[in-house]
Amino acid sequence: MKTYKQVFSELKRAALIPFFVIGDPDFDTSLKIVKAAIDAGADILELGIPFSDPIADGPTIQKADIRSLKSGINVQKALKFIRKLKDYKDIPIGLLMYYNLVYQYGIENFFTDFQQAGVNSVLVADLSIDDADEIIAPAASAGLDTVFMVTPNTNTQRMKLIASKTTGFIYAVSLLGVTGSREKLSDMVETLVGKLKGLTRVPVCVGFGISRAEHAVMVASAGADGVIIGSKIVQLIEENLDSREKILSEISSFLTSVKNSIPLRS
Amino acid sequence: MKYKGRFGDYGGFYVPEVLIPALEELEDAFYRFYEDVRFVTELEQLSKDYAGRPSPLYYAKRFSEYVGFKVYLKREDLLHGGAHKVNNTLGQGLLAKYMGKTKLIAETGAGQHGLATAMVGALFGMETKIFMGVIDIERQSVNVHKMKLCGAEVIPIEGGSGTLKDAINDALRYWTAHVSDTFYLFGSACGPHPYPTIVKHFQSCIGKETRQQCLDEIGKLPDMVVACVGGGSNAIGIFSAFIEDKDVKLIGVEAGGRSLDSGKHAATLVAGRVGILHGAKSYLLQDKQGQVYDTESVSAGLDYPAVGPEHCLLKDTGRAQYVAAEDEDVLDAFELLSKSEGILPALESAHALAYLCSQKGKLDKETIAVVNLSGRGDKDVGIVEKHRPLEQASDR
Repeated sequence: MKTYKQVFSELKRAALIPFFVIGDPDFDTSLKIVKAAIDAGADILELGIPFSDPIADGPTIQKADIRSLKSGINVQKALKFIRKLKDYKDIPIGLLMYYNLVYQYGIENFFTDFQQAGVNSVLVADLSIDDADEIIAPAASAGLDTVFMVTPNTNTQRMKLIASKTTGFIYAVSLLGVTGSREKLSDMVETLVGKLKGLTRVPVCVGFGISRAEHAVMVASAGADGVIIGSKIVQLIEENLDSREKILSEISSFLTSVKNSIPLRS
Repeated sequence: MKYKGRFGDYGGFYVPEVLIPALEELEDAFYRFYEDVRFVTELEQLSKDYAGRPSPLYYAKRFSEYVGFKVYLKREDLLHGGAHKVNNTLGQGLLAKYMGKTKLIAETGAGQHGLATAMVGALFGMETKIFMGVIDIERQSVNVHKMKLCGAEVIPIEGGSGTLKDAINDALRYWTAHVSDTFYLFGSACGPHPYPTIVKHFQSCIGKETRQQCLDEIGKLPDMVVACVGGGSNAIGIFSAFIEDKDVKLIGVEAGGRSLDSGKHAATLVAGRVGILHGAKSYLLQDKQGQVYDTESVSAGLDYPAVGPEHCLLKDTGRAQYVAAEDEDVLDAFELLSKSEGILPALESAHALAYLCSQKGKLDKETIAVVNLSGRGDKDVGIVEKHRPLEQASDR
């Protein structure tokens, strides 16, 4: 199974990491969409299992969660989804979760079952580093990497603590706020990435609000190891719900253009 | 954070990283000021002159005759704003002022907490935004209007079931983007640490007064203290003074909605399972997977799928007992108190009264029950009228 470490060391530029809600708008279409993203050059995938109360997400991903839940997605189907993806291509997958779904499944079981299905890490959006011990040991014994978030208001001491507990990559949140596409890239990104890079050798991937190729270029130029794009892509699904073909072509061409504009590392 | 904010295994602060600095700042400020002489003096003065504390303990003679034992009402309904909520909003509002914050946000269900926040927003000259579900805006329109009159902006929340849960989701999202200058004035004794502790502290005046009033006016402690439980702020407020008095039964009454069997209710402690929502571990109404249910209750203020962490612990240790009252019985109790005492209770508080009605003929006539009458029912007249048109009510 391909690891984050392999991807980051092989790549000569920042990794392209699209985010999808599993099952948006339904299981089969969602599978086609994610495969199209892989074909368009995704290096790593971030996938979410929909939750009824996604407090870290803006309206775009909230609506995707609702579409997916309505189509009947649950944790068992998400496992099946990931197995099918891994049959298609061995690409690292990070899950983005809200804690209650993991907790109800049973933390150990959740980690073990998803690792076996082909997941590399489970980021729990509403579990801070202060309570990380609830998941670190189960993650390690299941063979998963850890991924934690750092935000522009995280202090230096916490950044160091977070880095010390991270084995996969640090998910650097570009702004103070929830997910959602934005016209402008947050002016906090460069400082945040620069600071993290000065503190740790753990790879740093940036997400939240990255909506255009030029945003990705700026993030990559700031020194990030990966660029996570969520709401913008999910929006392309939402805007083209009447045509499955159009969803695939739009996402494919968007990701291709982003991929091609990310500069090689100097 | 300095403290874990746990009640047994319940509580904690399960929030995205971006909110941690704001919670740390809040925790730090609370422990710095809550016993500070200047802060305490100012809050006591406001509680007295602005809110109208102490609230009376009233012996409801005719209601008592109906149920067959002695019922005392702790009249939080007489406070400014019409509910206990002002105790907490004055406390947190003052804390916001001491912290130098200039903007307040709050969620609200029934609109009582929203109104109480709008009031202190006006009092302290702070810009105030109230997040409220669209269903609640519709059923509590009078409170919405009052909030606006106090200068607050009311933000309608469409998502989910359009009730308190969704209002909290969006208030948290808004706070995430405005953490640096905005104080989130949380309304119930739930949510992430330090809110359960802060809200309990500012509501504990209810219990302290009640306990002393019982000793002074009745000459002894009551046999039971009864309060409604949504998030649980009025209940923890009155319970807190009696927790060490082992002979005093503590009874929390949740919203049984249409019925427990129908699944259309908000009886979290009675029918829920432990989970994590809105930053805390607590009992939670959810499906097998962990998706949170939309709740249903005639009272907007109790329409919430989680519950304060300390109540979870009190349930598990058996120190408090939690039951549910169904909508129809609540409406009966609303009518009964109105007719027997000339006091219109909030539908939330009417849940506690409904429990007493269910005990009719089952308790010794010397039994003393204290009910936290946490709010007045003016806001609910429209809802009651809808369920029980007056012609029908007068026949009962």
